[in-house]
Amino acid sequence: MRTALKENYFKQIWKGISTTLIGMSVTIGHLFKPSVTLQYPHERWPMPEGARLRIQMDFDECTGCGACARACPVDAIIIEVLKAQAGVDLGETSNGTKKRLHVLKFDVDNAKCIYCGLCIPPCPTGAIHFDLDYEAMKLTRKELIYHFSIMTSDEVETLREADREAKAKAAAAKAQAAAEKAKAAESAPKKPNQSDSSS
Amino acid sequence: MLDVILTIAYLVGVISFLFLFVLFAVWFERKLSGWMQDRLGPMETGGFQGWLQTIADAIKLLLKEDIIPEQADKPLFRLAPYIIFIGTLGAFAVIPFGAHLIGSDLNIGLYYIIAISSIIAIGILMAGWSSNNKWSLYGAMRSAAQIISYEIPIGLSLLVPAVMAGSLSMQTLVAAQGGGFWNWNFLQAPPFGLIAFIIYFWASVAEVNRTPFDIPEGESELVAGYATEYSGMRYAMFFMSEYANLFVVSAIGATLFLGGWSSPLPFLTFIPGPIWFLGKSMVLVFIQMWLRWTLPRLRVDQLMGVCWKVFLPFSFLNLIVVSFWMLWVK
Ligand code: SF4
Ligand code: SF4
Repeated sequence: MRTALKENYFKQIWKGISTTLIGMSVTIGHLFKPSVTLQYPHERWPMPEGARLRIQMDFDECTGCGACARACPVDAIIIEVLKAQAGVDLGETSNGTKKRLHVLKFDVDNAKCIYCGLCIPPCPTGAIHFDLDYEAMKLTRKELIYHFSIMTSDEVETLREADREAKAKAAAAKAQAAAEKAKAAESAPKKPNQSDSSS
Repeated sequence: MLDVILTIAYLVGVISFLFLFVLFAVWFERKLSGWMQDRLGPMETGGFQGWLQTIADAIKLLLKEDIIPEQADKPLFRLAPYIIFIGTLGAFAVIPFGAHLIGSDLNIGLYYIIAISSIIAIGILMAGWSSNNKWSLYGAMRSAAQIISYEIPIGLSLLVPAVMAGSLSMQTLVAAQGGGFWNWNFLQAPPFGLIAFIIYFWASVAEVNRTPFDIPEGESELVAGYATEYSGMRYAMFFMSEYANLFVVSAIGATLFLGGWSSPLPFLTFIPGPIWFLGKSMVLVFIQMWLRWTLPRLRVDQLMGVCWKVFLPFSFLNLIVVSFWMLWVK
C-alpha cells in the first residue's frame, strides 16, 4: 500500500509535468494555424444552389395566372388581376406565353411564408423563385410584405376606371340592345302567348 | 523636497505603466486565446486587429453604474478594491526596472514583496465577506486559502536566489546575476536553480488566481467569485489589479531567476536594462497566458494537494540542498 503510494507519487508528478508540456505544444501549434473565422459582414459564404430563402419574383415574366397563389398552403401570396381590354397588347413572357391580365397586385407576405417552395413548380413561366439574399430582417411585420407589382396606384386606378367605363359601356350597350329587342318584339304582330301555351 | 517630487513622479510613472500594461495585456490575451483556438479575437474596434478593444471596454466599465448591494457591508465593500490595488502597487516599490530605475532599493526587498503581496489576500477576503453573497464568500475563502497555501512554496523557492546571492536586496540580487545568462539563477547549482524557478512560476500562477488555478472565480460554479457583486469602476479595479499582479509575479520571476535587467550576453549591454527587464517579464507573462489557454481548471482538493504534497516538500528540500551547495561547492 505504502509503496504503491510512493510509486504513484513520482509517477503522478511526472505525468503532471509531461501532460502539461504535451498540452502546451498543442496550443502553441494552433497559435500559428490560420483561423476558421469568417468575418461575417465583410466576408460571406456563397449560398448553396437551391437554398430556400426569400421568395422573389420577376414581375415582367408573370402572366397573372394565379397558379402560385393557389398552390401556396398558407396563402402568403395575394394576387389581384384585371383582364386587359380588347386590343391592348400586354406582350409576351420570355417563353412565349401571351399576357392577358394586368397584375395589379402581387404581394408575398414573408411573415406567413414557410419557404416550402410549392409555389415555384406551378408557375408556367418560371417567374417566381427563391432568392439567394438572406439578410431579410425588418422592423415591423408590415415591412415583411413584399410588393412585387410595379404598377403605381394611379395606374391601377386608371385601369380600374377604364375597366369600369368599358363595363358600363358594355352594360349600356347590352341594355340598349335588350330594349331594342323588346321594342321590336312589341311592335311585331301579336303571337299566341308562350306561357299560355305551356300551361 | 526633491525626494518627494521624485517619488511622486516615479509613482505616476509606475501607475501609467500599469495602465498601459493592463490595456495591452488584456488585448493580447484575448488575441492569444483567439489564435490558440483558431479564432481571430477582437478585430473590429480600432481597425488593426482590434487594438482599441480594451480601451473601449475600459471606457464602458468606467461609465457603468456603481451598484452596491443593499445588504452589503458598505465601507468594506468600497474599500476592498483599493486594498487589493495597493497591495499590487506596493510591490512596484522594490522591483528594479533598471540599474537606477527602482523605487527604493530596500535591503529587505524580497521580504517586503512577499509581505506586501499578502495584503491582496486581505482585500479579497474583504470583498468576499462584505458582498454578503454566497458566491463571493466562497470565492474569497478559496482565494485566501489558495494564496496563503501557495505563499509558502513561493517564499521557499524565492529564498533560493537569496541564498545564492547572500542578500535580500533586489539590486544586489540582480547584480549577482550579471555578466551573461550562464550566471542567471535558474542555471545556478543545476538543476536546483531550475527547480526553484519552476516551482516559483507554477505557484505564482496560483497566486494570481489564473487558470488552471482560478477556482476562486471559476465562472461555471461561482459566477465571478469575490467580484460577483462588483460593477463599473470597482470591478475595473479588480480586473486591473489581476493583470497588474500578473506583471508583478512575472517581474519578480524575471528579476530573481532570469537576471533582471542584466543582458544575456556581455556584449549586449548597450541595450538599456529596462528593455531586457520588460522583455523577460513579457516572456513570462506570455507563458502564463499560454498555460491559461492550455489547461482546464483544477478542483479545490487537487489544487491544495499539489501545493502541500508536491510543491512544499520539493521547495523545502530544494532550499536545503542549495544551502549546502553554496556552503560546500562554491
Ligand atoms: S414558399 Fe410556400 S409558403 Fe412561401 S409563398 Fe411559396 S408556396 Fe407559399
Ligand atoms: S404562377 Fe407564375 S405567372 Fe402565375 S401568377 Fe404566379 S408568378 Fe405569375
